[in-house]
Amino acid sequence: MVELVIFSLLNGLVTGLLLFMLSSGLTLIFSMMGVLNFAHASFYMLGAYFAYTISQYVGFWPGLIIAPLLVGLVGALIERYGLRYVHRWGHVAELIFTFGLAFLIEEIVQFFWGKATKDYSEPELLHFPLFTLYGQNFPAYKVFMILISVAIFVGLFTVLSRSRVGLIIQAAITHPHTVANLGHNVPLVFMGVFGVGSALAGLAGVIAGPALGTFPGMAFVLGSIVFVVVVVGGLGSLTGAFVASLLIGWLQTFAISLDWSVSDLLLAIGVSFDADHALRDLWTLSLPQIAPILPYILLILILIFRPTGLMGKRET
Amino acid sequence: MSTATPLGLALADRRLPGGQIGLWLGALVIVLLLPLLFNSPVAVTIMNQMGISIVFALSYNMLLGQGGMLSFGHAVFFGLGGFMAMHVINIIEFEELYIPLPVVPFIGGLFGMGFAIIVGSFSTRRAGTVFAMISLGVGELVAACSIIFVAFFGGEEGISGDRTMGPPVFGYEFLTEIEVYYLTAVVVFVTALLMYLFSRTPAGRMANAVRDNDERAEFVGYSQRMVRFISFVASGFFAGAAGGLFAINYEILTEENLNLVTSGGVLLMAYIGGIGFFIGPIVGAILLTLLQTVLSNHTELWQLYVGILFVLTVMYVPRGLTGLIMMHGIAFKTRRLGLLIVPYLKVGMPLAVALFGFVTLLEAGHVANAGIVGHTEFHWLGTVFDIGNMGIWALGLVCLLAGGYGTWHQSSQVREAWHAANDMTAGEGTS
Repeated sequence: MVELVIFSLLNGLVTGLLLFMLSSGLTLIFSMMGVLNFAHASFYMLGAYFAYTISQYVGFWPGLIIAPLLVGLVGALIERYGLRYVHRWGHVAELIFTFGLAFLIEEIVQFFWGKATKDYSEPELLHFPLFTLYGQNFPAYKVFMILISVAIFVGLFTVLSRSRVGLIIQAAITHPHTVANLGHNVPLVFMGVFGVGSALAGLAGVIAGPALGTFPGMAFVLGSIVFVVVVVGGLGSLTGAFVASLLIGWLQTFAISLDWSVSDLLLAIGVSFDADHALRDLWTLSLPQIAPILPYILLILILIFRPTGLMGKRET
Repeated sequence: MSTATPLGLALADRRLPGGQIGLWLGALVIVLLLPLLFNSPVAVTIMNQMGISIVFALSYNMLLGQGGMLSFGHAVFFGLGGFMAMHVINIIEFEELYIPLPVVPFIGGLFGMGFAIIVGSFSTRRAGTVFAMISLGVGELVAACSIIFVAFFGGEEGISGDRTMGPPVFGYEFLTEIEVYYLTAVVVFVTALLMYLFSRTPAGRMANAVRDNDERAEFVGYSQRMVRFISFVASGFFAGAAGGLFAINYEILTEENLNLVTSGGVLLMAYIGGIGFFIGPIVGAILLTLLQTVLSNHTELWQLYVGILFVLTVMYVPRGLTGLIMMHGIAFKTRRLGLLIVPYLKVGMPLAVALFGFVTLLEAGHVANAGIVGHTEFHWLGTVFDIGNMGIWALGLVCLLAGGYGTWHQSSQVREAWHAANDMTAGEGTS
């Protein structure tokens, strides 16, 4: 049991921190532009594919730097020439635009890289078990993922709270017009934040690609979960996104590893049911089975009972 | 064009004018005569699919276009209605329940409506992002549940049945596609008419008011939540009815029918068609069904083309294809449409050349990327192209660049002609 808890905690941490790399950018972009970027997970996918192609030529490490920069550039261009143009049609159109973009990027990825899963793997350097606990190996690559994510979290927090750029960004979130009147180029700030947010998502893709697989559906798999994180954490709150990322990460890993089911529970209180009862699916329901839907239940509950999210200050 | 709200819909008289009754009757006649024109089995199947999509897209537009609610989980109601209809068909077959088949879609509709009452009770409190997120959450939830609850959803293989075992309706047992077509056509006509009439009821009109300014609507004395709820429930009914039609047509329902992909598909249909107009979703449903069935036979890249079309629509034609046609209303009324023909042709020809180059490059690139040994050819415009021939790439590139330049070069003339055609009524605006 201890072994299970420790490994679930570690794996949940990996997932949670990965989610944070995506949700931090998404939540920043949202608080600035008021648009939930549906294509955010697509940037994550682009990061993985760019890094895969780069790794074919020059290896894993250059890809770790170049791929996020490329993704950031793509993101900035999309903000400048796409989103800013669509802004004139209103918020709903912007949301639909990012949705269309997510759809389009998936098709473009399939066009260039095909439908099959790419053989993008971790560097040889990190291909060893870091430690062994109760006979189970913990791969070094996962620790590497944790380290990168923590470094990003610390870096982002420092920049936002300590630097001049962070000050302007924070001011532009709440009072864009005042910041513009002070002589700052707010559209440029927006483009920058969008670019950096995309680059972070791209970086998440670079390090997640080898661990979770690089395939055209990878954005789809993670996309809605990232939304859940951002909404549960509170739209626009970086701390909220951090807490919610870890929460969802652990929720999912624990639900998968703990094999409890409703019938166990019922047996414990001395009730049993026919195997071919019409509601049999309810009795045999187990925790790993409902693991994928737990985040969405959480999302709906939060939206109903606490629309500001865990740490958010405003409703959307 | 520039001054109007993109989603704007002009308020119209609430009575149904004679001209519109004529339009609806004309539509009915066309729908009933269509199989005489397109009588091949493939065409009938495609038309059935169109009918289902039309009802589904219209029900979606009750939310997005008329109520301002952006939903990412509308397929839930479509799918649940379909699953229920499938179960009803099975009950009719095995329990000898005496329900004629044409009633089945409406049972599916009622089920969709019931679920919409549950979801709507908490999701319609706000529009905008909150509504969109709840709809996404519910969509994911139900899609995931469909794998878990095998008794109702049939797991991964879904549930299937046989529509022909019910009591005959006027001697028809719906054995052939054409009989199903007429059933579908009648249901599509009835539901479309009902949806149109709904948009003209006070509830439908208030949905527009709440969409445009919910605060004002509250001050007038309407609960924005209640107004949205009514639209949402009605929309759930029609989506469920579309699902019922799907069950009758295909006799199988799977998880695919209620997941996010289907929900996204209906958004594409409604938006490309034009969400500001009642017939917009119909146009979109017909177009996308054609792309889905006909284009997909010709190219593996059809979804890429649909994606490009969608993004371009959102960016440059927010009122959709119908909006694009409706824009010419003033020029048509002032009989200045003729002014536009020559500039349109002038810009259309280089545009066609550019499109040819673009598609050629994409298709060649697709074959090259796939990298299957021995497979270096693709068919396009009745010709076989071989990507080994460098000329193909050069041709594509030259066409794209020259056509693109020509289009750009001619576009100022179109703009001038456009202003000339609409100049007489400058005071009224061009929207």
